[in-house]
Amino acid sequence: MIEVGTLSPAVQAGALIGAVLLEAMILYVGYGFVEQVVGNRLIERIKSS
Amino acid sequence: MDVFGISLAVLVLFVGFGLLIGVLFGFFGMGGSFLVTPALLVMGYPSRVAVGSGLAFVFGTSVIATLKHRDLGQVDYKLGVLMIAGTTAGIEVGKEIVLHLEELGMAGSIISVTYVFLLGGIGLFVTYEALKGDGSSGVDHDAAADADADDDIPEIAKTIQSYHVPPMISLRGGVSVSLWMILGVAFVTGLLSGFLGVGGGFIRMPALFYLIGVPVPIAVGTDLFEIVFSGGIGSFLYAMDGGVDLSIVLPLLAGSALGARVGSAATSIVDEGEIKVYFGLMLLGGSAAVAVREAGIFYGIDVLNTVSLVLILGSALLVSGAVVYSSVTALREESGATTHALD
Repeated sequence: MIEVGTLSPAVQAGALIGAVLLEAMILYVGYGFVEQVVGNRLIERIKSS
Repeated sequence: MDVFGISLAVLVLFVGFGLLIGVLFGFFGMGGSFLVTPALLVMGYPSRVAVGSGLAFVFGTSVIATLKHRDLGQVDYKLGVLMIAGTTAGIEVGKEIVLHLEELGMAGSIISVTYVFLLGGIGLFVTYEALKGDGSSGVDHDAAADADADDDIPEIAKTIQSYHVPPMISLRGGVSVSLWMILGVAFVTGLLSGFLGVGGGFIRMPALFYLIGVPVPIAVGTDLFEIVFSGGIGSFLYAMDGGVDLSIVLPLLAGSALGARVGSAATSIVDEGEIKVYFGLMLLGGSAAVAVREAGIFYGIDVLNTVSLVLILGSALLVSGAVVYSSVTALREESGATTHALD
């Protein structure tokens, strides 16, 4: 197992930014899926309320 | 109960705050870390962590927002790359200034004072323009208005474009500007970005429109594209100095990613002119919050710190709430009009 603390600051910083980028991509895809599934239904519900 | 090293209450606060900011970011193309960094400073995080984590949060949010705007063809990649070159140099200088001030123990105060004047100044300008009702400031989402883009180019941008210092660069929207002017604007906004820990959207987007003269929709898309890189580079540089805290960034991003979708969707529903004044007031609220916090520190009044945090959260809540409320109202009116027409 790699000890993060033993890596150079540049590699650690790259890993941190990579984690943020990975989360952004997962959220983009994940919320996009949710939007496709419930988006239209939600808008219709707001219109009819 | 702790999750990722922070209390559950703070985690919920971060996700909720991220949601509010995401709505603003998706709708206006700006409004990210200029709220996050002061909030983190108010919550007692060291200025290096507040600035670095603010940049990392903006980086993640801008990736999501840019992917949405790319599909609309609102990104000038040539301008974006030139802006990145100038901004990179500016961020490095800005970061060095922060680190130097931190050694002197003055970073928090000077960053806060700069925030007060910058946010206050832009807030006053946007509010004044909104109340004046000429619709020349901020982001106009009305595609039809783009046809009159030439008429909407500010006088100062026309003056800048009249200086033919080669090489001249042709941009989307029929604009031609000196390379040196683009790099100069990029450097100054990058410097502010690195110094204040902001992606720079609330500075750069108006600069692209008012100083360089590109149409507003392209200014927004290109600005977001550029924020991906400025936020990424800035947060990388801060991360090397231990300035990025994932326990702050990840929950904020979880909220803002959803908010950005809501805000982006609202751009096709709401007339932004209705709520532009709220955006100006939000900037003024952010400015007042930092001023109140500094006064609390100066006079040793702890309760002003809480007042400051309430002002920041309240400002974000007010404007993002206005966006959502206007969207719901517009949808209901549209539905009512359709029903009426069928009758």
